[in-house]
Amino acid sequence: MTADEVVAELADGMTIGIGGWGSRRKPMALVRAILRSPLRDLTIVSYGGPDVGLLCAAGKVRTVFFGFVTLDSIAYDPWFSRARREGTIAVREWDEGMLQTGLRAAGQRLPFLPMRAGLASDVPRFDPELHTVRSPYDDEEELLAVPALHLDAALIHLNTADRHGNGRYLGPDPYFDDLFCLAADRRYLSCESIVDTHELTATAAIQTLLCNRMMVDGVVQTPHGAHFTSCAPDYGRDEPFQRRYVEAAADPDTWPLFVEQFLAGDERSYQAAVR
Amino acid sequence: MSRADACVVACAELFRDAGEILVSPMGFIPMLGARLARLTFAPDILLSDGEAYLLADVPTEGRPTEVEGWLPYRQVFDVVASGRRHVVMGANQLDRHGNQNISAIGPHERPNRQLLGMRGAPGNTVNHRTSYWVPRHSARVFVDEVDVVSGVGHDRARLTPAAGRFHDVYRVVTNLAVLDFHPEYHTMRLVSVHPGVTVAEVLDQTSFPLHTDKVGRTREPTEAELDLLDHRLDPDRLRDKEVR
Repeated sequence: MTADEVVAELADGMTIGIGGWGSRRKPMALVRAILRSPLRDLTIVSYGGPDVGLLCAAGKVRTVFFGFVTLDSIAYDPWFSRARREGTIAVREWDEGMLQTGLRAAGQRLPFLPMRAGLASDVPRFDPELHTVRSPYDDEEELLAVPALHLDAALIHLNTADRHGNGRYLGPDPYFDDLFCLAADRRYLSCESIVDTHELTATAAIQTLLCNRMMVDGVVQTPHGAHFTSCAPDYGRDEPFQRRYVEAAADPDTWPLFVEQFLAGDERSYQAAVR
Repeated sequence: MSRADACVVACAELFRDAGEILVSPMGFIPMLGARLARLTFAPDILLSDGEAYLLADVPTEGRPTEVEGWLPYRQVFDVVASGRRHVVMGANQLDRHGNQNISAIGPHERPNRQLLGMRGAPGNTVNHRTSYWVPRHSARVFVDEVDVVSGVGHDRARLTPAAGRFHDVYRVVTNLAVLDFHPEYHTMRLVSVHPGVTVAEVLDQTSFPLHTDKVGRTREPTEAELDLLDHRLDPDRLRDKEVR
């Protein structure tokens, strides 16, 4: 598949989970394809980084489920911050562990999973759709019932995959990409390179295989597709470019120029522009 | 000895007798404190590289760091729930009960300033020991009421049994002082002021009253600790840039 073919299978108002963590191994080529599409009113579930910021900048977002949005080496994403200040998006702000629990509940077809996180904090105060559940056992503990985070679609980026959707990560952390796939109806994996199945285990340990083809509906080869986030060990975060993004976002006059230079064209022109 | 040295030692002291638990320091000074504790009086604590590796030794310039384990984020969440962890978080706002805000300043539906978000603060504070590091102690941080409760304080934890069961908000280390919570009133108490700081100065930089019954002086680093800081952990004295 191509990134644009993936986005053509999405629809307005969908709930979309995006893998990675902060400014690390984000499926940015797929996000960029959403930016240049007519899609709107999306609900985004993300361990948030520039994916969330850019989608806010393009006016694609209705609601964000998040525990944080950060660029890691830069604390705050400028576009997410602006969208919050201006009140243009709704948020369901959860403890970061609650996102994992909600994804697990969805993947296991359960209505909720109990958790201690969130209790007594302002998470339930700001999200009245959250409820507690009492343990039926002797302890009778009243815990948070984290609702299933059911996704219409999941977008993830891995280092390598075969064309069937068996995918491996070679960096230090799988993040929650497999759980995003398990929680979603349609699952799309972008990767640095598509290889023959036998090559997946010829050069790396079997434990690097994070997704199997049951968990993935479409595979897209997008070299450098996580740019400007990191995709260890293939490449690190492009720190100068990330700073450029932040600086452009801070100035209403320079942002259209940034969009024109980098985001207005297709992925090929983006990759040519950032090289 | 600089002010930063006293802050590092005060952070290291958070982990005395901690045993075999994961220590997660957020910020440079708490990180130095954790590494100093690991090299001296808390050799059993587990430290990560900030990503997914557990380090068998403290990183030292000029030699590779041995890795003793793997702890990706999903396993960190498991450790959080198990309670075998002490996190030192930052705080944009803290109140006298230890409620912490790292989420947003102003009304939540449309904040004046969006901060990081809740992160793991709600889960950390109801599951395991939590301390805070505040590099600039001021009345803007130590406020009467936080705008958002990200990390749960003692008052709220006591009202919700399942939140209070493992709640253990322990200490606050700042550039001026070490604070904890009064065992009877569960509100903030001044434990010690750093060398060169007066109690009046701390009270002046704090919006709410503090218990000041028995205020000590933060201990200075030993010769051996200073040697480790200067020659192994932070030879370029970057710590003096974070705290003056």
